[in-house]
Formats: sequence, structure tokens, C-alpha cells
Amino acid sequence: MAERALHRVPHAVFALLAATFATQIALHALTPRPTANAVALPSPPATTALRVASLGEPIAMAQLLNLYLQAFDTQPGVSIPFRDLDYDRIEAWLARILDLDPAGQYPLLMAAQVYSEVADERKQRQILDFVYREFQTDPVRRWRWLAQASILARHRLGDMPLALRYAEAIARHANHPAVPSWARQMHVLLLADMGERDAAKILLGGLLAGGTITDPHEIYFLTRRLQELEAAEMSTPLSKQRRH
Amino acid sequence: MTERPVAYRDHLDWARTLSISRYTLLEAWRNRFVVVVLVLVAALLVASFFVEQLAITESRRVQVGFLAAALRASIVFVTVLYVLQGMVREFQDKVVEIILSLDLPRASYVLGKFFAYLVLCAACAALCAAPLFLLADAPQVAAWAVTLMLELWLLAAGAVFCMVTFNQLLPAATFVFSFYLLGRSITAIQLMSTSTLAGTGPGAQAAARLADLLAFVLPRLDAFAQTAWLVDSGAPPLSLPMAALQTGIYVGLLLAAAMFDLYRRNF
Repeated sequence: MAERALHRVPHAVFALLAATFATQIALHALTPRPTANAVALPSPPATTALRVASLGEPIAMAQLLNLYLQAFDTQPGVSIPFRDLDYDRIEAWLARILDLDPAGQYPLLMAAQVYSEVADERKQRQILDFVYREFQTDPVRRWRWLAQASILARHRLGDMPLALRYAEAIARHANHPAVPSWARQMHVLLLADMGERDAAKILLGGLLAGGTITDPHEIYFLTRRLQELEAAEMSTPLSKQRRH
Repeated sequence: MTERPVAYRDHLDWARTLSISRYTLLEAWRNRFVVVVLVLVAALLVASFFVEQLAITESRRVQVGFLAAALRASIVFVTVLYVLQGMVREFQDKVVEIILSLDLPRASYVLGKFFAYLVLCAACAALCAAPLFLLADAPQVAAWAVTLMLELWLLAAGAVFCMVTFNQLLPAATFVFSFYLLGRSITAIQLMSTSTLAGTGPGAQAAARLADLLAFVLPRLDAFAQTAWLVDSGAPPLSLPMAALQTGIYVGLLLAAAMFDLYRRNF
């Protein structure tokens, strides 16, 4: 059925439509852009409560929680330094997310690649220990995060015994055809006299060549991390400064 | 004999407009809409006491937080559905055509319906706030209730617009609830889209631009009826005037769009 002609619409309706639309745009333009509030990270709810709240979609809930947690420290305008974050709570959130979605790698990436950047040795050790504990519950799927933790322990903490303990854990527990043989020989990588950048390059190269990492976002993220390491080695430690 | 042209009124007849409102309210009363809302509020109040018993600490805070969030989501759902189903029936039963065959401008129908929904939404917000007055500070509950009422007005206008435009329950309900979810989450979407961890590639930039564009035309409903006002420090001073301003602008926009569609429709 054809619509009636436009001239059947009263001028007042046209005027109201145009005026309110223009006012809406103006109001939005005058309102300051939203920024994240630097509020303290609350304790996570119990896993059972999260399961109930997920309405039978624990994986979707886990993914939303990943983004929620990520939003706490990576929003423009606030930039909460990692050392100001409560790592007990971060660890609790990451553990809850893994409870909801044990196959998910996101929380362990955040632990090994993001929260481990903190300029506080105690917190670094805490988050690496978290990765180690979570590795033990599913070594075949989570070995690469422990490999990363092992390199961090060797080069950031300068704690060779800890790094070797992590490397030996991979060799001992991640004994599966899906885990490449070089990963089970991480201790060789650690004992070789090479810098963190070279070790990370070997690790990333091995992961990429072996087809372990396929997600383009993750490849981009890890490559950028590597570039940051290179820049840090060449000049001032930029990545550390950002987190201080 | 030549046919005499029919002279239609161009100006609003307020008495007849208010008659439409009165009958819409009467219909809501006879449909026991208020009873449904009362049962809903009572059920959620009971559930909140159950939640309070489960809490190990901050039991009152947990109870108020649960009750406020659950009431807000439920009342929005019930009110929007009521508005939509009431109007869809009028369209299907040709009630609209009978009303429009009268010597009455089409805008009167839109305004008459909306005025009735203003009253219904105010009553719903008051009923939702009633149990909260027993559990939290009165000024904080009052601020929460006023912004809940504004939010309901805005969504009622959205439902009127969608019903006039789509005429069918499913697309109209889908549109209104999507609009509501987007309005509630647009701030978070904007913040997440500019996350530095997500990278700065073309995809991320396009996502951020799209979020910004959506934010321009959507009301920020996350700034309305916040549970934090009840359990923490109350509403910031400017939140009520800003919510009222946003509601006024957006209700005007939605009603104008509804009138525009109704004036162009051929029955």
C-alpha cells in the first residue's frame, strides 16, 4: 500500500522531528566522552553464582568477564597502573573465568602476557605462580603459558631455579604428541646465554611455525609484544615505563 | 450534487486527546496491569529476602542491589510488552481506524496514548520504589525512582513509535528491547572499542567509529536508575536534570517520528 504524500504531514511534526534530532546530536556533542572510573576491582562472585547468572551459557559469561576484567586497566583516560591493582582479586577473577571455560586461553594470556608486566617482583611471582598452578590442571592445553612464564622468570626475575622448575614441569607433564618437542626442552633455551628478546622470538617462532597460534588478533598482540621488547632493548625500557 | 470536501482539524483537540488517554488507562485497569506489577514487585521482594539470607556479608547491600536491578529490568520488560500488546490489538481490531475516522488529527491518537502511558509508567516506578524505601535512604530511592520513571517514559515512547511503524508485535518488541540493551551498554561498548589491547588496526578503528556513531543517536540509559545510587553515595547532583533533559529530547524525537509515520500511512 502506497504511503500518503509528505505534504500530508503537518509542518509542526517536521519541525519537532528536526529540532529534537538536532538537540540530541548537540546534547551528545556537549556531553564529555565517557571515561572509565578508577574504581577498585571488586571480588568476583562464586563460580556457582556465575553459573546461575550465565543462564546455561558459561562460555559466553567467561568471555564477557574477560572483557570486563580487561576494561579495568586498559581504558583510556584512567590507565590504572598494574602495581595499583589488587593481584589477589585479579587472580581470583582469572580463576573464576577458567572455572567457567576451562578450554579458554584468554585468562592465561592475560596472566602471562599482560599482568606479568607489573613492576613489582612480588606481584610478578604471584601471577607466574598462578600460571604454574593452572598449568598443572591441564598441561597439554596450557603449556605455552608456562613456557612464557619460564622465560619471564629467567629474564625479568633473574630466577633461574624457578625458570628451570617451570621448564621441567612442561617436560614432565605436557607429554603429549600435540606438544612440540622443543617445548619439552625449554631448559636448553633457558640455559643458553641469550637475551629475553631472542628467547621470546624462539618461543613465538616455534608457536607460529607449529600452528599453535592461529588467531590473527593473538598473532598481532604477541608480535607487538616482541617489537616492544626489541624497542626496550635498543633504548629505554618503554614497556616497563608504561606500567610504572 | 457535488461532494463537499471534508474539513479535517489540523489543531489538537485536547478534550478528545485526553479521552483517548482516559480509556487507555481504563483498559490498563481492567486488564489488571497494576495487579501484575504488584505481584511482580512482591515476588522480587520475597526473592530479595532469600538472597539476603544467602549473603555472608553486606547482606542489606546485596539485597538492595539485587532488588533494584531485578525490579528495573523486570518493570521495563513488562511495561514495554504491555504498551506493545495494547497497541497491536488496537491496530488489528481496527480501533485505530475508527478513532482516525473521527474529526481528529492523527497526532491526537499518538499523544493520547502516550499521555496514558506517562501515568502508567509513573505508577509503575512508584510501585517499584515502595519496597526500596523500607531498605535504603529515602532521598536516594527517590532519585532512583524518578530516573526509572524517565527511563520508562522513554521506552514507552519507543514502543509507541515501533508499534506505529511496524504494526506487528515481534519486530516492534525486538527493536525496542535491542534499543534498550544498546542504550544500557553503549558507554561500555564505547570504552571497550577503544581498548589499547585490542590493537589499532582498521578493524578496531572501524569498530570504535561505529560505537561513537551509535552513541550520538542513542540515549545513555546506563546513566539512569543506577543501583550504585542506592547502595553507595547517592546520585550525583547533575544526574537527575541530565536524565530529564535526555528524556525530554528523546521522547520528543520518538513521538515526532511516530506521528510522521502515522500521518503518512494509508489505512
